[in-house]
Amino acid sequence: MAKTVKIEVKEQNLLATLQKFFKTLLQNGDIDALLVPQHLPMKNSVMPTLVADPEKIDGVDPLAPVFPMNSAKVVSKLTRRPLDEKIAVVLRPCEIRAFIELVKLKQGETENVVLIGMDCYGAYGNVDYTRFAGDDGSDASLRFYENVVSGKGTAWEDIDISPACKACEHPVPEHADMVIGFVGVDTKDQLLLKAITASGENLLEKLGLPEGEETEDRKKAIENLVSERISYRDKMFDETSEATSDIKKLTAYLGNCVNCYNCRVACPVCYCKECVFVTDVFDHEPSQYLKWAKRKGIIKMPTDTIFYHMTRLAHMSTACIGCGQCSNACPNDIPVMEIFRTIASYTQKAFDYEAGRSLEDEPPLSVFREVEYNELTGGKD
Amino acid sequence: MGEYEPTIIAFVCNWCTYTAADLAGTSRLAYPSNTRLIRMMCTGMVDPKYVIKAFLEGADAVLISGCHPGDCHYINGNFKARRRVKLLKEILPHFGFDKRRIRLAWIGASEGVDFAKTMREMAAEIKELGPTEVREQMVL
Ligand code: SF4
Ligand code: SF4
Ligand code: FES
Repeated sequence: MAKTVKIEVKEQNLLATLQKFFKTLLQNGDIDALLVPQHLPMKNSVMPTLVADPEKIDGVDPLAPVFPMNSAKVVSKLTRRPLDEKIAVVLRPCEIRAFIELVKLKQGETENVVLIGMDCYGAYGNVDYTRFAGDDGSDASLRFYENVVSGKGTAWEDIDISPACKACEHPVPEHADMVIGFVGVDTKDQLLLKAITASGENLLEKLGLPEGEETEDRKKAIENLVSERISYRDKMFDETSEATSDIKKLTAYLGNCVNCYNCRVACPVCYCKECVFVTDVFDHEPSQYLKWAKRKGIIKMPTDTIFYHMTRLAHMSTACIGCGQCSNACPNDIPVMEIFRTIASYTQKAFDYEAGRSLEDEPPLSVFREVEYNELTGGKD
Repeated sequence: MGEYEPTIIAFVCNWCTYTAADLAGTSRLAYPSNTRLIRMMCTGMVDPKYVIKAFLEGADAVLISGCHPGDCHYINGNFKARRRVKLLKEILPHFGFDKRRIRLAWIGASEGVDFAKTMREMAAEIKELGPTEVREQMVL
């Protein structure tokens, strides 16, 4: 089904090309609005914006090496009830994968939404990005892009893309309706646009773009990028397992945690509307703390830190897509993503599941079979 | 100090294993005295966080025991419990809790003998493993 065309790059300016492309997309009338990252006029930050007026698209910048939040949460807000209008959303691969998990948890719908995925070279943490971008965000995005393409890499001064991005083996979107590709593409004169589904194809047809092709060079470049990422990832798994292999080490690993719960607020797949850790259940009686202190001799305050992280691991690690927003949100630089991705790799493997892989695979804790895992009960069914 | 007796937290279903434990008691079948029964309406109610909390409070082992497949009063609570035990057996060992400290069993209301035997076996196994290191840590 896949159909591939090319977007011609004018005057070697990728951003201007993308801006023009999205404007055309919005003008041709088939979609009512477009969700796309833009530089906000008053500040250099880049935020997802929902644009209905094609004239209001000048700050578009999906190349900016930053994503202040995982936009799957925004798409979920836009689709949790049926929409009459049709929208297109421009997302990173990890945002699409998070959205797939949310759809399966009935917190979003794919109907009436065209998912436009972009290749991704990674992103800086929010704080690092502000330093990197300086006063001219668009210029910074092109600078980042050129550094990567010219082989200089993603690092700049003492900062680099986040560990989550370095460990991400999905730099190219797999489940979009349409993909805008630049990895392994000669972007001096073109970008790749590939429709994967029927709804992507419909949209693509209206654009009247010249035919393109997915070259061997692109496939090679993707392969190389993925294998680099995988070796970083596996090393990270080993190191993190080692650093948290018993309760003592885990306590040290999470030692700076102040129970602010930013990590779960930022997590796109922490799906509960109300987290039990912020309910009355954890509003312990004052005397309870005293009881604990007396029984154990000493307790750390605030309490329930390890309990919180282990519970979150149990509740959502099978849905963790490794976006790194948890680490991005942590005020105390705790490597939250590292431990979640590491444990997720085990829990997902145990159920032969991969978060974000497909809409069809059932979330492991939402289903069961009558006959399975009977080794847990000594062979008794 | 006496001999180390492991503390086992047993989440038991009201309709089956709880009755079995009662039967074991009235039949004077011996089972370890450090077993703390927590009566649940169904094993399907045992959220993983209850098990985690038990371990973080120093439990040496946790048993979840419910109705045999097909007998659950809420149709499939026990199947849900089985998936959760599978999950916990993946997570907890990465933080140093031996897999054997988490157990799932199907023990029907009339199986008092089976209940006493399961508890004895579990206690013997855990005794060999010794206490978890939680007791020396501030892990709340
Ligand atoms: S746990 Fe962290 S890395 Fe995993 S999905 Fe949530 S925010 Fe992303
Ligand atoms: S964001 Fe950081 S400090 Fe806050 S709860 Fe999560 S790990 Fe702890
Ligand atoms: S009622 Fe006994 S396990 Fe569900």
